[in-house]
Amino acid sequence: MSHPALASYAAQNVAFWIIAIPMAVAAIGVVSMKNIVHAALALVIVLGGVAAQFLLLQAEFIGIVQILIYIGAVVVLFLFGIMLTRAPMRKTGEFDNDQRILAGLVSLLIFGVLASLLSSQFSGDELRLGQPTPTASIADSVFRTYVVGFEVVSMLLLAALVGAIVLARRD
Amino acid sequence: MADKAWLIPLLPALSFFVILFFGKKLPKGGSESGILAVAASFVLAVIVAAQWISDGNIVDQHLTWWSNGRVHITIGQHVDGLTAMMFVVVTFVSLMVHIYSTGYMHGDERFTYFFAALSLFTASMLFMVLADNLLQLMIGWELVGLCSFMLIGHWFEEKNNSSAALKAFFTTKFGDIGLMLGIITMFFAAGQTFHIETINRLALTGGISHGMLLAGALLLFLGVMGKSAQFPLHIWLPDAMAGPTPVSALIHAATMVVAGVYLVARAYGVFWEGFSIGHGGLNWMAFIAGITMIIAAGLAFVQDDIKRVLAYSTVSQLGYMVAALSVGAWTAGVFHLFTHAFFKGLLFLGSGSVIHAVHSNNMSEMGGLKKYMPTTYWTFVIATLALAAIFPFAGFWSKDEIILGAVKNGYPYIVVLGLIGAFMTAAYMGRCVFLTFHGEYRGHGHPHESPRSMSVPLVLMAIPSAFIGLINMPGVEKFTDWVRFEVPGVQAEVVKEHHFNPGLAIFSLAIAVAGLLVSAMVFYWKNAPAKGAWTRVPAFRALNTFLVEKYYLDHIFVDGVVGAIKGPIARAAYWVNQNVIDGVVNAVGVGAKAVGRFTYDVIDQKGVDGVVNGIGIGASETGGVLRLVQSGRVQQYALMLFAAVGLLGLALILFT
Amino acid sequence: MPVTQYLLLSAFLFCTGVYGVLARRNGVLVLMSIELMLNAVNINLVAFSARLSDAAGQVFALFVIAIAAAEVGVGLAIVLLIYRNRVAVNLDEIDLMKG
Repeated sequence: MSHPALASYAAQNVAFWIIAIPMAVAAIGVVSMKNIVHAALALVIVLGGVAAQFLLLQAEFIGIVQILIYIGAVVVLFLFGIMLTRAPMRKTGEFDNDQRILAGLVSLLIFGVLASLLSSQFSGDELRLGQPTPTASIADSVFRTYVVGFEVVSMLLLAALVGAIVLARRD
Repeated sequence: MADKAWLIPLLPALSFFVILFFGKKLPKGGSESGILAVAASFVLAVIVAAQWISDGNIVDQHLTWWSNGRVHITIGQHVDGLTAMMFVVVTFVSLMVHIYSTGYMHGDERFTYFFAALSLFTASMLFMVLADNLLQLMIGWELVGLCSFMLIGHWFEEKNNSSAALKAFFTTKFGDIGLMLGIITMFFAAGQTFHIETINRLALTGGISHGMLLAGALLLFLGVMGKSAQFPLHIWLPDAMAGPTPVSALIHAATMVVAGVYLVARAYGVFWEGFSIGHGGLNWMAFIAGITMIIAAGLAFVQDDIKRVLAYSTVSQLGYMVAALSVGAWTAGVFHLFTHAFFKGLLFLGSGSVIHAVHSNNMSEMGGLKKYMPTTYWTFVIATLALAAIFPFAGFWSKDEIILGAVKNGYPYIVVLGLIGAFMTAAYMGRCVFLTFHGEYRGHGHPHESPRSMSVPLVLMAIPSAFIGLINMPGVEKFTDWVRFEVPGVQAEVVKEHHFNPGLAIFSLAIAVAGLLVSAMVFYWKNAPAKGAWTRVPAFRALNTFLVEKYYLDHIFVDGVVGAIKGPIARAAYWVNQNVIDGVVNAVGVGAKAVGRFTYDVIDQKGVDGVVNGIGIGASETGGVLRLVQSGRVQQYALMLFAAVGLLGLALILFT
Repeated sequence: MPVTQYLLLSAFLFCTGVYGVLARRNGVLVLMSIELMLNAVNINLVAFSARLSDAAGQVFALFVIAIAAAEVGVGLAIVLLIYRNRVAVNLDEIDLMKG
């Protein structure tokens, strides 16, 4: 029977899955594609998908920030890095090292552990999505409750900026 | 006083030390200390004897010197009639000998040493007599043996003298093996005690099995055979005459040699039960004593040396004493010991006087001394008559009692031998007297009577030789009262005292007189039909040789026993030593070396070092393997990190 | 809608990122994989924030984004330096710390 809330839940579920599947495929692509630029582009898809998920979860501010920072800046940084380090653009089989099998096993192991833990703990929990989170409340949290953390992060960003410049400078 | 009897041996012992340290400085060379001590002991001995006669209480006390569980080593005193008698005898004769020696040993270079030894001897003999336990008795026994050795070899510059001393020592020591084993046997048989009274009591009341008693008695008797010169261990006594005559008088006539007889008398319970003396017939002790009596008397006939005659006579008389004890005539045997001390001591002192005068021991160089040395002559005659058992002198009473005891207790063997021995005793002593004092002087010097220091003791000794026998005369019989074998707490009538038998007494007297007459006849009857028969008839010549050679016993002992030991047995022992013992030792050494080599090569080099090296190599190998983990590659580290996390998570899930 | 599907998605992304960190040879690719992991965490945080209706989860996600950006910057600078020292940026060959 169709309940309006259920209907919206059902819609959100479907939307989730529609976004999650490409994300997953793209994630696998990031770690397995032979062409590095293709891997970077797959990363873009993943990051976009993450932003979409955020929006689905009514976290609008974070979603937008994600798009701005990650897709806007980080991926560009990656592309510049690829260019500057003259990574081979063509398809090569050299991007995977010797321990990929063990790595696969380990990651599967961790996935198994995490999945079982999470599903056993939170199996019955339901998300009640109401209104989108007002940005004002986030701002309140940042500048009231977590203001120290905010300051520290700004310090960190400054340090990272200066450090990156110092490191990469040609002298 | 009797409980202070330990003073009696103590005084001569102190004198020994005084003479040892100060003797040379004393004006009379130490003899005054000796004489004083022995005289004091004599006085004390008389007092003890008087006390015993008056109250008759046995004193038996001891101090425990050392104990360990059940075993107690004690030192003590046992004073009864036998002890008191021995005290009197030993101190008296010793005193006479001391006085005599001041004259006889005058000018001797070891005068002081001689007196020290005399004091030590007297002290040891008295200590032995006083003993209440076998261990103490043995100590005294050994000490007198030591003094005998010292004194026989007094003039040790001559090889003969030192050889004689050694012979005496070894022969008695051989007997002492039996003594020691016997003491050990009795110790265990009597429940781990050395106490003589206890042993006697247990023996007489059936507390010890007959087998043990027989064994103990046989072993102890071996010691007696050695010390009291019974056949076949009598060989040392004649050779011991190499010592100075006072020594012979004191030790080898009156006192030390009777130590064996004393032991039998003291521990009589053991012998009485062990040898079943009460049953008559024959026992081992009687058998040996009988042989001793006769063969020694036989040997006395062919001696030229006057001291040797007396020595064999002593052996024969010791045989009488042991025979008496072996037939159950305890009092007779002890009485004979008592009288014999006086007259034999006197005989020796007299012979010493003669030797001193003519400067020779041999009777062939004497003769006709009657007119030169009247005192010596008459005292010698008194002693001879006493020895030959002529009425009323001392020996008559004592020897007569022995034969009486043998008759009454049913030992015909001893009776016959005793009577034959009496005849022979009279005969050889008669021969001795005639050769020495009668006839013409055959020597070279000018014999003269001895000085007063020597002749006075002779007279003093002659008095008891003559009269002391009378104290046991029928009607008097004081000796039997005073000196008897008794063990407190035992009612057994061990020794049956027999009263005087006039018939037997006259018979034995007649035999003795006959002996004297025969010797007189041989000496005086110049044209006797049998004169010269001794040397002419081959049978007699052979007998003479046999006797002169002392029945070839010395040859048997020296060539037979000693030679066998020196030759084959020593060689066999040497072979065993070289091949067997050395073989074993060498094998052990080689074996030890092989073990050592094995230990070194295998265990140490390979085993231990292998383990140690192995640990080192293992550590470095492990390090080498672990080193590979650090490849320097970050991703590898990351892999390990994540793997660990995953596994920990897994563990978390699975176990919680 | 059930929370678990977000959580599972986040777990999946995280493990993929782990695989990439461990298995990729190029430094830049490793950094990309790290980004994957960080994003997975972000999803988790925001999902729980929605679940618990607490904005704190989103604040943390914000901080994570900021830090991730800083880290990528520095990381790429290091990769550039490696590139200058050796022409290839092959993580396999950087083993100076080899024991």
